Amino acid sequence: MNALVGLLLVDLALLALAIAGAIRRNNALVYGGALALSTLGLALALTHFLGRAAPQTLVLPIGLPWLGAHFRLDALSAFFLALAHLGGAVASLYGLGYGRHEQEPGRVLPFYPAFLAGMSLVPLADDAYTFLVAWEFMSLSSWALVTAHHRSAENRNAGFVYLVMAAFGALMLLLAFGVLAGASGGYAFAAMRAHPPGAGVAALALALVVLGAGSKAGLAPLHVWLPLAHPAAPSHVSALMSGVMTKIAIYAFVRFAFDLLGAPDWRWSLPILLLGAATAALGVLSATMEVDLKRLLAFSTVENIGLIFLSLGLALAFKADDLSRAAALAFTAAMLHALNHMLFKSLLFFGAGAVLTATGARNLDRLGGLFDRMRWTSLAMLIGAAAIAGLPPLNGFVSEWLMLQAVLLGPAFPQWTLKLLALAMGAVVALVAALAAAAFARMFGIAFLGRPRSPEAASATDADPTMRYAMAGLAGACLLAGIFPGVLIDALKPLAEAAVGAAMPLQAKIPWTSIAPIAESRSSYNGLLVLIFFVASGSAAAFVIHRVASAAIRRAPAWDCGFPNADPATQYTAVSFAEPIRRVYGPFAFAARAEVDMPRPGEARPARITVHMSDRIWRGLYAPIGRAVAAVATWLNPLQFLTIRQYLSVVFGALLALLLLLAIRS
Amino acid sequence: MSGLDFDVSHLLAGGLVLVSFMLLYQTRIYALLNVYAAQAFVLSLAVVWQAFVQDKPHLYATAAVAFLFKAALIPYALHRAIDRLGLRREVENVVGIGATMLAGLACVALAIVVMLRIENEADALAREDLAFALAVILLGLLMMVVRRNVVSMVIGFMSLENGLILAAAGAKGMPLVVEFAVAFSVVVALVVIYVFLFRLQDRFGGVDVGVLEDFQGSRR
Repeated sequence: MNALVGLLLVDLALLALAIAGAIRRNNALVYGGALALSTLGLALALTHFLGRAAPQTLVLPIGLPWLGAHFRLDALSAFFLALAHLGGAVASLYGLGYGRHEQEPGRVLPFYPAFLAGMSLVPLADDAYTFLVAWEFMSLSSWALVTAHHRSAENRNAGFVYLVMAAFGALMLLLAFGVLAGASGGYAFAAMRAHPPGAGVAALALALVVLGAGSKAGLAPLHVWLPLAHPAAPSHVSALMSGVMTKIAIYAFVRFAFDLLGAPDWRWSLPILLLGAATAALGVLSATMEVDLKRLLAFSTVENIGLIFLSLGLALAFKADDLSRAAALAFTAAMLHALNHMLFKSLLFFGAGAVLTATGARNLDRLGGLFDRMRWTSLAMLIGAAAIAGLPPLNGFVSEWLMLQAVLLGPAFPQWTLKLLALAMGAVVALVAALAAAAFARMFGIAFLGRPRSPEAASATDADPTMRYAMAGLAGACLLAGIFPGVLIDALKPLAEAAVGAAMPLQAKIPWTSIAPIAESRSSYNGLLVLIFFVASGSAAAFVIHRVASAAIRRAPAWDCGFPNADPATQYTAVSFAEPIRRVYGPFAFAARAEVDMPRPGEARPARITVHMSDRIWRGLYAPIGRAVAAVATWLNPLQFLTIRQYLSVVFGALLALLLLLAIRS
Repeated sequence: MSGLDFDVSHLLAGGLVLVSFMLLYQTRIYALLNVYAAQAFVLSLAVVWQAFVQDKPHLYATAAVAFLFKAALIPYALHRAIDRLGLRREVENVVGIGATMLAGLACVALAIVVMLRIENEADALAREDLAFALAVILLGLLMMVVRRNVVSMVIGFMSLENGLILAAAGAKGMPLVVEFAVAFSVVVALVVIYVFLFRLQDRFGGVDVGVLEDFQGSRR
């Protein structure tokens, strides 16, 4: 069967499942059905992608009468569909267990399959109308999921901010399509490809797409909805929004920048590089400061989106300068990171959901000691945290290493601006990777190690079996993708060829699963070797310790500095862990101020330290906009209370004014 | 186009504008209804003439619809409604008659200036017709704005519709569908306003729209 038709049928079946979920609020039906359908979709997309089949197209007579609905399945859309369906399948498996703890299943079950359908329809769209309809469907169904727990004011606020940002993004994409289609109205992507826009139009469309796709992906300063919406949504939905939906936004950006806009100009890459770098740095710093587990993960998503955009910016610059091998490297790194981020971010959100289910707490300072109580979850979270922190032999290391390899090709740029900027980007990637490691060491250490900081954490039990399987599967995938990255890089070949006209050298030829992005003489990495080293040195150390010292595992009271106070609150806290980093970056990034209230000698009250931090972006950009809207609304408010005759007079006056204008102007 | 064709259609369309001024001037309800019926009659004559001149048989149907509904049925229905309401009051104007007439003159002048600007693109008949139609529309709106009584607002609205029909008949190649839609919208409006009138009478014991304003909620 035609894979495209099959994928469309999968989407249709998901929609039917959404209706079924609305009628029969049956957990197993919805998540089981979504799992089966997503697996089918994954198989279809992978068959097309790995089989390197030719692009398939289909025009259905629905939608706008003169346009119809165009669908197309090519390498790029097949890759993102495979990613979306993989994420959907794992989240559905997780949902089978997690959904049982849901307080209001009626507000989640109908929208969950609809959200999956929306996300997996966007990459198939081949005209502006279908694309925007699918895009909005994705936005609205995810909005419904964000506001599922609508009784808390915090969640309603998150839903509102998300809706406003989604509407803004869709408007920008609409304008971008309008600019590209031009006056003739060629809204099919094929028509846009056939007539690449002029330089000015292309730059305008690119700016609009960066705003439109960037607001959905979480590019600073449009990322404000992410840390609000992700904690509000149920955890498997957070995983999907973070792991898959942001990738669909990346797809939209790639579709425009590398396909529809024609040959790039090197200057295009500048705003993308700078925005990507700023996003990555801001995201990781916020993640390091954050004490809410799910908000922390959301900020980390912002960081990773920044890295992906940075890499795509490099690819765009290399492509514009005809350095196609380097462009292929940067592009492959970006795509690989998109896939990797989907794997480990879904895993981490699943873990956060398991912790939330077990303890009811998201605040790191109410957790702790979960390693003994939630063994599966903890191990999975450990692997996920190590992967996202970019530690070998896991997958996060590979893609970030490839990004750095691409940065190291920066001196090949003919423009001095790019040569210098590439170096700065290398510094940003290194800084971000280091800070991410700190953020996740903190996350894991505070939440899972030490002693429980609350009675809920002390009585936590491990997650349901299906939740464990989903997490274990993703942890295994992170490990496998880190050990055998060559297979993935070779699989991504058609993607890079379609986008930048070249591909990385074939990795399968290199023995012992090594990868060499440019040439083996220059740099190479072998995940298997690192794993063997880790395992060997780790077990040797364990053997030596247990052999030479004692074989028994002892549990002793924690060192209390001589004060016999067993309160777990005396442990290192999340805030104290982040303190050194806050001291260095806080004043600049968050306008952080610390006030120390030290008691005078002889006073019995405790010393207090109070830290004030404020979100510069919210205060500087969004708050003024909000105030302006409120002011205009207040000013226009009397219009709500006119009499019928006054309303008619307003209409009449407007008509007369326009006619007068016509009479005077023409 | 021969001189006679042009002159007669000019006469009829001008007559329509003249009757609009009579509507604007008239302050008693029954007389207002009669003038409205006269306007609809002039409209149907204008449409018949257009049908004859343009050789469009379907315009005869439009004229018949206009005559049947607007010159006969609607005035009759409103007569009955007013009878049942026991309403024999004079219509209150918000603005004085003199000022209203002056504003009406300005509206007609504006309509003619706007339409005469598009000299070269349309033929003379269509242009003149559109100018008159726009004038009728503006006068209808003006009437809705300056009257306080619901019945006269309704009549202002329907005379506005008459202007639309005149424009539709004058423009060449307007399909019949549009005219039926316009006629239908008037009937719907009549039904809605009929209900509105009775509800208003039931609830508040009067047909002055001012009483609605008390129910609009508090002003902030």
